[in-house]
Amino acid sequence: MHSLALAATLPAVSPVVNPAGATASGGVWSFAWLVVALPLASAAVLLLLGRRADRWGHWLGVLASTGAFVVGLLAMLEVLGQAASSRVWDLRLGTWIDAGALHLDAGLRFDPLSLTFVLLVTFVGTLIHVYSVAYMEHDTDRRRFFAYLNLFVAAMLLLVLADSFVLLFVGWEGVGLASYLLIGFWNHNTPYAVAAKKAFVANRVGDVGLLVAMGLMFAHFGALDFGTVLADPAAHASEGTLTAIGLMLLLAACGKSAQFPLQSWLGDAMAGPTPVSALIHAATMVTAGVYLIVRSGAIFEAAPSAQLVVVVVGAITLLFGAIVGCAKDDIKKALAASTMSQIGYMVLAAGLGPVGYAFAIFHLVTHGFFKAGMFLGAGSVMHGMDDQVDMRRFGGLARYMKVTWITFMMGWLAILGIPPFSGFFSKDKIIEAAFIPTDGAQWRAWVFGTVALVGAGITAFYMSRLFFMTFEGERRWTTRKDGSEQHPHESPALMTWPMIVLAVGSVGLGLFLALGNRFTGWLEPVTGHVEHEEPVLPAGVLIALTLTVVVVGLVLAWRRYATATVPVVPPLGTALTRAARVDLYQDAVNDAVLVEPGQHLTRSLVYADHAVVDGGVKGVTHATVGLGALLRRLQTGYVRTYAATMLGGLVVLLVVVLAVQS
Amino acid sequence: MTLTHYLVLSGILFSIGAAAVLLRRNAIIAFMGVELMLNATNLCLVTFSRMHGELTGQVLAFFVMVVAAAEVVVGLAIIVAIFRTRRSASIDDVNLLKS
Amino acid sequence: MSAALSAAALAADLTSSLPAVGALPRAVDSAGDPSTAEAVLFWVLAPVMVLASLGLLFARKAVHAALSVILVMICLAFMYVTQGAVFLGVVQVVVYTGAIMMLFLFVLMLVGVSTADSLVETIRGQRWIGWVAGLGLLVVLAGVIGTAAYPEPTGLGSANEASNPVGIAHLIFGRYVFAMEVVGALLVTAALGALVYTHRRRLTPRLGQRERAEARVRDGQHLAPLPAPGVYAKHNAMDVPALDPYGQPIESSVPRVLRVRGQEADAAEYAARIDRVLAGKAAVDRGTSASDEQGTTAPPHAEPQSAPIGEPRIADAVAGVDAGAPDSEEGK
Repeated sequence: MHSLALAATLPAVSPVVNPAGATASGGVWSFAWLVVALPLASAAVLLLLGRRADRWGHWLGVLASTGAFVVGLLAMLEVLGQAASSRVWDLRLGTWIDAGALHLDAGLRFDPLSLTFVLLVTFVGTLIHVYSVAYMEHDTDRRRFFAYLNLFVAAMLLLVLADSFVLLFVGWEGVGLASYLLIGFWNHNTPYAVAAKKAFVANRVGDVGLLVAMGLMFAHFGALDFGTVLADPAAHASEGTLTAIGLMLLLAACGKSAQFPLQSWLGDAMAGPTPVSALIHAATMVTAGVYLIVRSGAIFEAAPSAQLVVVVVGAITLLFGAIVGCAKDDIKKALAASTMSQIGYMVLAAGLGPVGYAFAIFHLVTHGFFKAGMFLGAGSVMHGMDDQVDMRRFGGLARYMKVTWITFMMGWLAILGIPPFSGFFSKDKIIEAAFIPTDGAQWRAWVFGTVALVGAGITAFYMSRLFFMTFEGERRWTTRKDGSEQHPHESPALMTWPMIVLAVGSVGLGLFLALGNRFTGWLEPVTGHVEHEEPVLPAGVLIALTLTVVVVGLVLAWRRYATATVPVVPPLGTALTRAARVDLYQDAVNDAVLVEPGQHLTRSLVYADHAVVDGGVKGVTHATVGLGALLRRLQTGYVRTYAATMLGGLVVLLVVVLAVQS
Repeated sequence: MTLTHYLVLSGILFSIGAAAVLLRRNAIIAFMGVELMLNATNLCLVTFSRMHGELTGQVLAFFVMVVAAAEVVVGLAIIVAIFRTRRSASIDDVNLLKS
Repeated sequence: MSAALSAAALAADLTSSLPAVGALPRAVDSAGDPSTAEAVLFWVLAPVMVLASLGLLFARKAVHAALSVILVMICLAFMYVTQGAVFLGVVQVVVYTGAIMMLFLFVLMLVGVSTADSLVETIRGQRWIGWVAGLGLLVVLAGVIGTAAYPEPTGLGSANEASNPVGIAHLIFGRYVFAMEVVGALLVTAALGALVYTHRRRLTPRLGQRERAEARVRDGQHLAPLPAPGVYAKHNAMDVPALDPYGQPIESSVPRVLRVRGQEADAAEYAARIDRVLAGKAAVDRGTSASDEQGTTAPPHAEPQSAPIGEPRIADAVAGVDAGAPDSEEGK
């Protein structure tokens, strides 16, 4: 309610300035659809041609991704050339669904938000494509891998470019499918296949949320396109309805972005090849939930309760991921926990309302760069260490893998939020925004601000731990299977260059975008202009506090993992450590709360099926057979018996007729 | 006496014919029972015709006779055919309908 | 007996109103209600019919059942006529009694007249079910007849204006001509059906005269026709075997049926008589020797096996007679 009043009194805060964009035609828009079509066509070609494309398939994949990036860039430049008020373009592709009351056009919406994603996805995606050419060189199924990557890029672009929730859902499912296929890329390994299935199932839970949300929208708005639904939600539906829609959208976001309580799949998803982890499970797909929340901002603003839940979920996940990250020894799982935690930041920011949207997306972009860079670095380390992932078996790699070391360091400093690396500009802004009292509620500012602040400290600790255990300290390498020493080596140029590019982004992108509020200004057509509000503590104090906790975390990690000897066998640790190693018992909880009751339910359903349904059916058949056996006795074959039956029937019939008549 | 007496007579004859069909095992006798039933009906029709002063009943009885003639021809042919193969004119011997 | 009775009743009825045959129906049902004469006829005929039809239920022999049904049908014909359905009455006699029931009798003949139907029931419960159903039907029909509301009988006076057959003809060839055609088609179909049913497919090649003759030559059998039995003008004489030129009786000359039945006459007796005739005693003492014959017939019955049938005596006779023909035959 209060938010509504606020929106009424402050038109400038109204989030969606231009819900129905200008109709795009001509110029760059005449071929803008290629941005989705190119990777999709490439995926189709690679999948349909099969082995015939083995020799050049990966380059086609790179080419398609690059092409998409070029088209996206052209569209971006086109939009940049417009005035800020006319930067939303709707590209109508044609009538898609015309069923009774529902009329839906398929269309792409090019606005600053979607274009940001387009560029992020295609740029990082292209780099990771290039990286994968070398990373997957020895895999016989490299072509299939690129087909899936292209499919993912196409689906992700469709997701962010869609101009309606239905089309968004298509992309949403598409990325889910690509994620499933890529996590289980080495599906001959049973745990990997199980991990893929787990991710798929957890994502389906979220998808149900999106479906229900769409159903509610259709019931109350009669439409599913952004233009109609997001223009003025409060005018069409009550706050309760909007809260329900918001919570369902949040459920969807939780599933896709691995937020509490649907976070359990992300750690296992590291079973996929490392480029997949970098692209899908760090930079792009897992941020789709944030995109969804920001995109549906209008709904959340009309439903403050849902918004509060969003913030709470973000805060919980933020701490959750950070704690888990502290205990993981698997470098990729530690990074995955970090991803979860960072997305927790974004969701928290997105839940703060217009004040946080831009920072959520900002952090999303910088995170996409530095986390992808770190994942690629982790892949490079694994590449040089015979696919070893246990950080306790690393150590002292800085001397052997210089490029990897430096690029990883850039990413590390960025995620820590050390100025002037890019993470500083995005994450500190989120922390600052968390300290801004929402609707004048001081307690919220203090609670969420503190959580974000503490999270930053823990982040500093576990990321430093990861960095030091891998690159610093003494070497703890294992011998190879044949007994020879391991010879860690730098990766080929095809792998290092993408890392370098991403590292450059990690260093400078934040500053570049933050200067003069470029990025927030760019997003204003979507997120709305926000009047500056003061946090409960002065901004300078907050920056100082943040840097302090970061440095404390860093120093702690330095003391424990760089200067001290890191035990090769993990020590028993405290109860919290042990809990964090098993993801704070999330799998156990899921098993106890969902899986086992589910199995009991299915078992009892199977039993019920056997006993009741089958029993009923079989009972009917037995009864029929028995009745038939009885009736068969009437069938004597004697004509006279039949005649007697006929005559008896006639008599009875006549008696009945007479009785009725008289 | 009234015309109803004819109807009662017709009913009696019809019932006896029906009983003959049910009770006699000799196919020919059972068949004669059928004929008796048809005749009883004809008597009914003729009586009705007289009641209503309308010849249609008699025409109908005429058609019944013709159909009965056709029926007898086929029926007796069947009986003869059965007798040839089974040396029996008992309807109870022809019970292959059972299985 | 009962038929005679009913005929008498009808005759009485007829004579009472017999100025002209054509006027008969009109006289009967001018008012629609039965006249006294008709009532008398009914009360005579109805018990007869019921009793006769009960014969259908209780007669052991199918022929008796058929005869009782014929009786019922003839009585019905009378009733039709008294009710004004002259045409139907005639048709009833011609078609039902004359054709259909005769067909029944023919089939009975084919199937076997002596096929006595045992009245012992073989299907369990069928007997009482049949009785209950029959009686139930009777009761129900009686109920229907009793409860139905009838119009005041109008009678056929006006309908039979131009005589009953003409009226019916107008209907049959007028309003019901299509039904008539269909029924005709039905009759043709039924006739064809009966042919098909009773047709027996030939399983072996047809054996004609030529084939039989050829088979006879092939098997070395008797080529000429079998000799006729000896005819001695005693009763039908078919039972007396013929004699071959040597005086031997030819067994195969006696019809097979008589031989199977053992009704073959003894050739020896006739041989003895021939001897007597040839000896000149001829038929002169034939009448007187009837008792003698009786006496002499007994021994030959026992004789045939012991004494080869009359060969020497015939030889003697031949020698004694001195006939030229046998000699010449022997000489051949």
